[in-house]
Amino acid sequence: MNNFQPRQYKSSTQYLICILSVLLVAAACHLSAEFIGYKTVALILLMTVSVLAMLFDILPVLLAAVLSALIWNFLFIPPKFTFHISNTEDFLMFLLYFFIALVNAVLSFKIRKEQKKTRDKEEKEKTIKLYNTLLNSLSHELRTPIATVLGAVDTLKENEAQLTAVHRNELLSQIDTAAIRLNTQVENLLSMSRLETGMLKLNIDWCDTNELINAVIHKLALEHKQTIVFEPDDNLPLFKYDRGLIEQVILNLLQNAINYTPANATITIVAKQQADNCVITIADNGKGIDEKELPHIFDKFYRVQQSKTGGSGLGLSIVKGYVEAHNGKVYAHNNKPSAGVTFTVEIPAQASYLNHLKNE
Amino acid sequence: MNKAEILIIDDEPQIRKLLEITLESNGYKVLQAETAREGIIMAAAHPPELILLDIGLPDKSGHEVLKELRAWYNKSIIMLSVLNSEEDIVTALDNGATDYLTKPFRSAELLARIRSAIRRNETHDNDSKLVCGELDIDITGRVVTKNGEVIKLTSTEFNLLVLLAKNEGRVMTHQYILKEIWGVGAQMETQYLRVFIGTLRKKIEDNPNKPQHIITESGIGYRFT
Repeated sequence: MNNFQPRQYKSSTQYLICILSVLLVAAACHLSAEFIGYKTVALILLMTVSVLAMLFDILPVLLAAVLSALIWNFLFIPPKFTFHISNTEDFLMFLLYFFIALVNAVLSFKIRKEQKKTRDKEEKEKTIKLYNTLLNSLSHELRTPIATVLGAVDTLKENEAQLTAVHRNELLSQIDTAAIRLNTQVENLLSMSRLETGMLKLNIDWCDTNELINAVIHKLALEHKQTIVFEPDDNLPLFKYDRGLIEQVILNLLQNAINYTPANATITIVAKQQADNCVITIADNGKGIDEKELPHIFDKFYRVQQSKTGGSGLGLSIVKGYVEAHNGKVYAHNNKPSAGVTFTVEIPAQASYLNHLKNE
Repeated sequence: MNKAEILIIDDEPQIRKLLEITLESNGYKVLQAETAREGIIMAAAHPPELILLDIGLPDKSGHEVLKELRAWYNKSIIMLSVLNSEEDIVTALDNGATDYLTKPFRSAELLARIRSAIRRNETHDNDSKLVCGELDIDITGRVVTKNGEVIKLTSTEFNLLVLLAKNEGRVMTHQYILKEIWGVGAQMETQYLRVFIGTLRKKIEDNPNKPQHIITESGIGYRFT
């Protein structure tokens, strides 16, 4: 369907290529005039015009059609080197040639236009669908925290006298949580649009993966009840990757594990080197993910059925985008026979063993 | 007690109001400007102890204002920005910003940064001894003690610690630290920096996995507190 891509050349280039190819083919035919008759030449020239019609816009192709007809007449139809045509059959053939070349050009152009229309329509439908999903997801994910903020503020202002200190604090922390949630959604949207528009620029530098994981755990320290286990391996080399993006990857995966496991669950993070990859696994012992849903969890806006926790369905697709920007892989599987899910991130990265010399 | 004056240059009235309440209730005196022009005039008329400068101002970029201020103003400037762009932040730090905060930020974080930035105004580069919490650094004697116990540091680790401690409350970019410690030409060797920060943390931090002194600023550099 995408075989023909008109307008990929500048219009002046198209004219130039059309004229040159007709001239070249005509010259080649002229040189081999003793082997091929002038009627065959007509077919060869027609073929040239047809090929051009498949590639270029209508005007340059029409020019090629006219030019080839004239050249055929001038160089090949006897008497040669005149535009004069002596016999009726040749004249008829010349008219037919002219006609077929023109129809050829126009038809190819129309077909291509139709194809482009269908393509545009499909793309538009896809965009609209994505846009609708985005709007649905957004209006829910943004409005819920906004509603919380407005509601809590109203209660604080209007029922000031009746509120106990405990309730006041409760409302204040509701506002706090809502604002953090709003901020996360905005960050997710920004990350997504950076990925979608190809504006993402990797800032690759040496990173201490242990330190990075510790920083993420520290960041989320107040937001969970689960036990998080991470034992830094002192022999892990430094790796070269984009620290900011991989931090987001680990943060989203850990946040995900926190959101979807019960309070008494244990989340285990391991960072290791495997072949030329920096491999990070985040495993939990929660109830796991339905096997049917596993292939979809990294899709944009996909949310696991019956999930009670709010989420825009963007977190994991951002993880995927950022890991793939590093030419890496991310995948999930249910732990068997034990319970829970393990997410694995593999980032191909240059490693440095400089830290082995550190006790110099 | 601390009646330090802080100048806010930010065009958002809501942010200015919030900062005003937060800062005044913590004993600071607050001056406000809503444009770059106004801010520069106010700073010149009466140099404050600290300036909070927004990067996105209506009449001029905060980066420009920073450069103009730095021509004569040598106290702390904390940049505020909605863009979490590493490039933007590194540019500001290279142009002499003391620190930066990305909006939205928490008041506690802001106040902590302001405290350490103001403390920084008072420190003198020629001090021969530095005290940072439980750490005592004797620069001339090249001895570091933690809670009175001597910590053995290699020469590079010691130089790195002194550089960080002398710049307490300031974010230092990787480039800057590399140039200061390893010299011009070493600016790309961030792996050395990572390794030495790692070993230094193991020696001076109570819990190297949760550093309290050497804080990582992702993609930018380090801050010593």
